[in-house]
Amino acid sequence: MLISKNDLPVLLDRILGEYEVYAPVKEHGKVEFKKISSGTQVCLQYSNSQKPPKGILFPQSEKMFCYETVQDGVRVDEICDCSKKVIWGIRPCDAKSFTILDDAFKNEQYRDPYYYKRRENTVIVGFGCNRPGATCFCTSVNSGPFDTAGSDVFLTELEDKYYVEGITEKGKEFIARYQLPDGSPDTSRIKESAVVASKVNLDGLKEKLDVNFYDEIWDSLWEKCIGCAACTYLCPTCHCFDIVEEAEGGKGCRVRNWDACMFPLFTLHGSGHNPRPSGKERVRQRIMHKFKYFQDKFQQTACVGCGRCIKNCPVNLDIRILLDAIQQRESGEGC
Amino acid sequence: MPNNPTALTPYPVTITKIVDETSDVKTFTVEFDDPEVMENFGNKPGQVCMLSIFGEGESTISITSAPTRGKFLEFTVKRVGRLTNVMHQMEVGQKFGVRGPYGNWFPYEIMKGKDLFFVGGGFALAPIRSLIDYALSDQYRSDYGKVEVLYGARSVDDLCFKSDLAERWPKLHNTAIYTTIDRPEEAWKGHVGFVPSYVEEVAPSPENKFAIIAGPPIMIKFTLPVFAKLGFKDDQIITTLEMRMKCCLGKCGRCNIGSKFVCVDGPVFSLAQLKGMPQEY
Repeated sequence: MLISKNDLPVLLDRILGEYEVYAPVKEHGKVEFKKISSGTQVCLQYSNSQKPPKGILFPQSEKMFCYETVQDGVRVDEICDCSKKVIWGIRPCDAKSFTILDDAFKNEQYRDPYYYKRRENTVIVGFGCNRPGATCFCTSVNSGPFDTAGSDVFLTELEDKYYVEGITEKGKEFIARYQLPDGSPDTSRIKESAVVASKVNLDGLKEKLDVNFYDEIWDSLWEKCIGCAACTYLCPTCHCFDIVEEAEGGKGCRVRNWDACMFPLFTLHGSGHNPRPSGKERVRQRIMHKFKYFQDKFQQTACVGCGRCIKNCPVNLDIRILLDAIQQRESGEGC
Repeated sequence: MPNNPTALTPYPVTITKIVDETSDVKTFTVEFDDPEVMENFGNKPGQVCMLSIFGEGESTISITSAPTRGKFLEFTVKRVGRLTNVMHQMEVGQKFGVRGPYGNWFPYEIMKGKDLFFVGGGFALAPIRSLIDYALSDQYRSDYGKVEVLYGARSVDDLCFKSDLAERWPKLHNTAIYTTIDRPEEAWKGHVGFVPSYVEEVAPSPENKFAIIAGPPIMIKFTLPVFAKLGFKDDQIITTLEMRMKCCLGKCGRCNIGSKFVCVDGPVFSLAQLKGMPQEY
């Protein structure tokens, strides 16, 4: 199906009648995913948003439940975000990140109701990358500028219109409702010209990480890191969280906030002992988690190659260079 | 599997008893306000719970009581921070929240027919006490052989579970209790010395035996080689680990050791398992 660029705001306005719509909006020179109130707000001329859209399904701060002391005890009110949402124009790397978060938020014991409630009620409209950025390396992590993984609907930008494909059943049903004009243009030339120049060799990396926990490479890799956690907060797949209390008097809420393995307090015991006392252990944890531990558990790498951690690191630490440095090493001592 | 609505909301409990173990450790006995919760709780020796005080937060604490002892839970809590400070000011009749039980448990099925040699250091007798009492319960006593407990603390004041050590456990059939403190004290007639050297002195034979060890990292570090020297194999040595936790459901991301989460894959690990994991705990 097709939608002309001129008609897109009208289509989004129609969708807004039924859904909360989150889309890229340009403000103060930066593009962020925002809840829009009109289709004209949307800016699809963008490389990628500064913050990943993961916060739409896994908010940076979310109330899980609130409580109040009442006469015969405590009254607890569960909070449920049950609204129907559309994420419009999300890049393939970020759409794929939801398939990784899907794994992260469930295990044999537990399926996170807060994340999954939103996930099930959300239609994800992916948007192919005609001009991948300089720090993008999605093709190195089993993805690419037109990867439809994680998308329910997929948009490809043509000169004056978008080609709209339904990918999942949910996406096909969604898009059928808006009765767009038919058409299946040839997108092969667009796809061919979208070159992701930056590459990281991940062949054999997992096998290296399986045995190099004690390798001396970790002694130097982290030295530049100032532990600010920008990489973690801006990573579309990082999903660690803290649970805190916001309370005053007899009323309050239990709140879940994004947290980061780059902070010393993340693992600090009540006794004062810290199993990851320095940046060395914390940087190792971050790389190991993405490229080994997550693979051990879910058979996929917890990195989508969006390049945000490279672009936003205040000391120019580059995950591509770190991974290359690990790859250069002979296999280390086993653990 | 917790059956509360979102798994992160706690069940209310009421404190029925408080024992001052030491100057900064108390044991709280609690009962669920809804008795049905206890019926379905199904806690096994070695598991942990999230204790929750509205307005303060949550903390992971091991269940120190055995399920065989009755329809209550006991938690031994050291005063170290915000939540535990508030907890230490609580009195019988007051309420807090509990969610759980979480984690794996001591391999009590595999331990059947064996002797059990427990080693505890300081306040860390708490997590293994659940298994000691399980093995010593009328119901399961015949499943296990001799039960020995070697326990040490810095001083007499730091010894927890004094009545268990001095009265309850020694009176039971086929038990031996060895207690030690780090430095001599005037009124103390018992053994003086560190746990590792006391284990060497007592010299338990590895034959048909499991060693269950819990204590501060430094004690574990020096005790493990003693057991190796005595001939214990790595899968005969069981320990339980602590980590900072927030969700206890394997999601919040901080209690992992390599690919294992202490909250769901642990806290109980054999030395054989630990040797296959990175030394990051």
